[in-house]
Amino acid sequence: MLRFSSWTIGSIIAICIVGLVFSLPNLFPREQMERMPSWLPHQQINLGLDLQGGSHLLLDVGVDVVVQERMEAVADDIRRLLRPEGVKYRGVGARGDATSFTLVDSSQAPQALDLLRQLNTNVVTPDFEIVETDGARVEIRLTETAATQLRNSAVQQSLEIVRRRIDEVGTREPTIQRQGAARILVQVPGEKNPDAIKRLLGQTAKMNFHLVDQDTSPAQALSGNLPAGSILLPAEEGEGADQIVVRKRIEVSGENLVNAQPTYQQNQPVVSFTFDNVGARKFGNVTKDHVNDRLAIVLDGRVISSPRINEPILGGSGIISGNFTVESANELAILLRAGALPAPLTVVEERTVGPDLGADSIAAGKWAGVIGLIAVMVFMAFYYGPIFGLAADVALLVNLVLVAALLSMLQATLTLPGIAGIVLTIGMAVDANVLVFERIREEARVGKSPIAAVDTGYREAMRTIIDANVTTLIAAILLYAFGSGPIRGFAVTLGCGIVTSMFTAIMLTRLLISTWLRRSRPAMLPV
Amino acid sequence: MMSFRLVPDQTKVPFLSFRKTAMALSGFLALISVALLPTKGLNLGIDFQGGTMIEVRMPGDEADIGAMRGTLNGLGLGEVALQTFGSPTDVLIRVERQEGEQEAQLAAVDQVKQALTESFGDDISYRRVEFVGPKVSDELFRAGAEAVLFALIAILAYIWFRFEWQFAVASIVALVHDVVLTLGVFSLLGLEFNLATVAALLTIVGYSLNDTVVVFDRVRENLRKYKKMLLVDLLDRSLNDTLARTLMTSVTTLLALAALFIFGGPVIRDFTFALIWGVLIGTYSSIFIASPILLFLNLRAESVALPSSTEKAA
Repeated sequence: MLRFSSWTIGSIIAICIVGLVFSLPNLFPREQMERMPSWLPHQQINLGLDLQGGSHLLLDVGVDVVVQERMEAVADDIRRLLRPEGVKYRGVGARGDATSFTLVDSSQAPQALDLLRQLNTNVVTPDFEIVETDGARVEIRLTETAATQLRNSAVQQSLEIVRRRIDEVGTREPTIQRQGAARILVQVPGEKNPDAIKRLLGQTAKMNFHLVDQDTSPAQALSGNLPAGSILLPAEEGEGADQIVVRKRIEVSGENLVNAQPTYQQNQPVVSFTFDNVGARKFGNVTKDHVNDRLAIVLDGRVISSPRINEPILGGSGIISGNFTVESANELAILLRAGALPAPLTVVEERTVGPDLGADSIAAGKWAGVIGLIAVMVFMAFYYGPIFGLAADVALLVNLVLVAALLSMLQATLTLPGIAGIVLTIGMAVDANVLVFERIREEARVGKSPIAAVDTGYREAMRTIIDANVTTLIAAILLYAFGSGPIRGFAVTLGCGIVTSMFTAIMLTRLLISTWLRRSRPAMLPV
Repeated sequence: MMSFRLVPDQTKVPFLSFRKTAMALSGFLALISVALLPTKGLNLGIDFQGGTMIEVRMPGDEADIGAMRGTLNGLGLGEVALQTFGSPTDVLIRVERQEGEQEAQLAAVDQVKQALTESFGDDISYRRVEFVGPKVSDELFRAGAEAVLFALIAILAYIWFRFEWQFAVASIVALVHDVVLTLGVFSLLGLEFNLATVAALLTIVGYSLNDTVVVFDRVRENLRKYKKMLLVDLLDRSLNDTLARTLMTSVTTLLALAALFIFGGPVIRDFTFALIWGVLIGTYSSIFIASPILLFLNLRAESVALPSSTEKAA
């Protein structure tokens, strides 16, 4: 166990040097590192949000809403397909992933089913299962595959929109990633006030232009006299009424918007918008045909503005003047530019740490680490004497350097529990050396020569070291697999610490001690 | 003398003769812990219960907790718990899970902020806001429980693979003992049980097992070396052989943890406490619980019958 080939010695030294080089960037401020020559390693340990401050938001994508909307569209399709052909039906309704209706005359069932076959545009993998029960009841159910695909694309699309909205705010280095089937994780470092971001993400921002139904008053609508093609919607303050009746038909959709900017009109904050070609043409037609009528601008089911059309607007751009503040006009412009979310998002988890608490935590972690390190090093040197104790101390320092290097190379995130993990590994890293040294003491006690004692000590302790560390490693891996956020940070540093401490104890101290043994050939071991 | 010893060379402590006392003590403590869980219960943090936690730094030299409590309890948000956190100006506010949708939870945070600003001015700094929705907290709880369970199973499998089954059973009993007693102490002291605590539990499991494996390794080695020795004596000898290492590693780990406990700041103090407790209980259990169980399980008979299976696998 005490002979090293020059190849092994070379590798041990190389690993230590590489470790040192890769851990060095962490000693410099980030700006300074960026000015260093590019061939030097630049990667620094990522600080978790709990250390640098920032917001962690877990958003739930309301995918069921998308499915429901899809099935409501199917309900419209059913009416569109059956009515002109004279097929009589009643009770068309969408619930969950199915739309169903009842035929008035069950003899029309074959004809109805035949017509409905057009719903499945894709013949190879149909989106819908069309089932007829007891002759009159027909159910159109979204297939499992189609539903999954629909949900999936809703999440993907939401991810894209969320990214655009957050980029628009200009936050630095946000992390936006999908988590699980229908969740989106947003991590924004350094954001002191996440409320603005939450407000931005809390709106689906579906904006459509409808005509106001001027024949029906809200009071009439409430008393049950709402025409089939109209709908009663709540209105923003300043619209004169709490509710407004608008035509269901969407004249121009927000999807046709290409730009939106906050601006001022008569010293009032407003939002200007521009349509694409299709939108501009539609908008021009509507405004031309309905001069003096009112146009309702509906955002997420609320009428935000309902101006009177004074003249045809043919240029494809216009202005929304609602009850805006500077801030809310800017927000609406961002939302319109980024596009509508396909489904509503809800915040299901939020963790925000202020930058000052993060700085306090780093400072506290550093203190604890340095003091713990000194305490353990002094104790080891005192306990095992200048040769063995110092060898263990060198190993401990190298161990810390290697952990820092590994964390930088893996670009792992260091969290507050992660710092705790490092401090804990300071205590546990010496364990492998303790196992060996205690074994050497034992062997020396039964009268073995120093070289034989050290040799047997390492040989016998090796198996124990591996067994003992593998079990801790299992715990670390499971923590990583099941944990989230800060806990993962702890698992990473614990795992790195175990791996590097095995290297330093088994290879480095052994090399140091065997070199010393060969040089000084002691008659007695100073252990 | 250039070095010293924590314990004298070649101790001969008859650990196994304390086994009945130790078993009785541990059994008693475990019983109390198990009884505490359904009665006093765990002080579940928002990770597992849902709800909102806000850490604020109040202006001035000291936060007036009484006045703050008065302000916040008038909001009709249900139970609002306040405690100072780390320094006299820092206060941890916990708002229980609100009835209704997510919006209700988020609105609660705004209400708290608004009420505090109205009563205490603008100089309040919000150091931390954490909100966990009910669905997420249920998931986190399940994931945490699974992690502990899988860790125990994985470790059981590893020990079984490396040693005889008696060792596996003995180490699992010791680990369950450690976990149960840690849960008991958390319940008794009313410490917050959260995600970090689960991490601490798993680390304790890893540490305690580390200790146990070192002893077991020596037991296995001595079984081969001293074929005629009585099992009681052999276990005692193995424990004494490894005693210096067991204590030494506990001391260095405790040194580092003590530094973390004192200087590491309030956010991880409970977490560090759990680890310190775990090191103590893990050291105790590997000496006084795991090894005696080997005796109860009559280890000798089988390992003599199957000498070849204990040959060095490493």
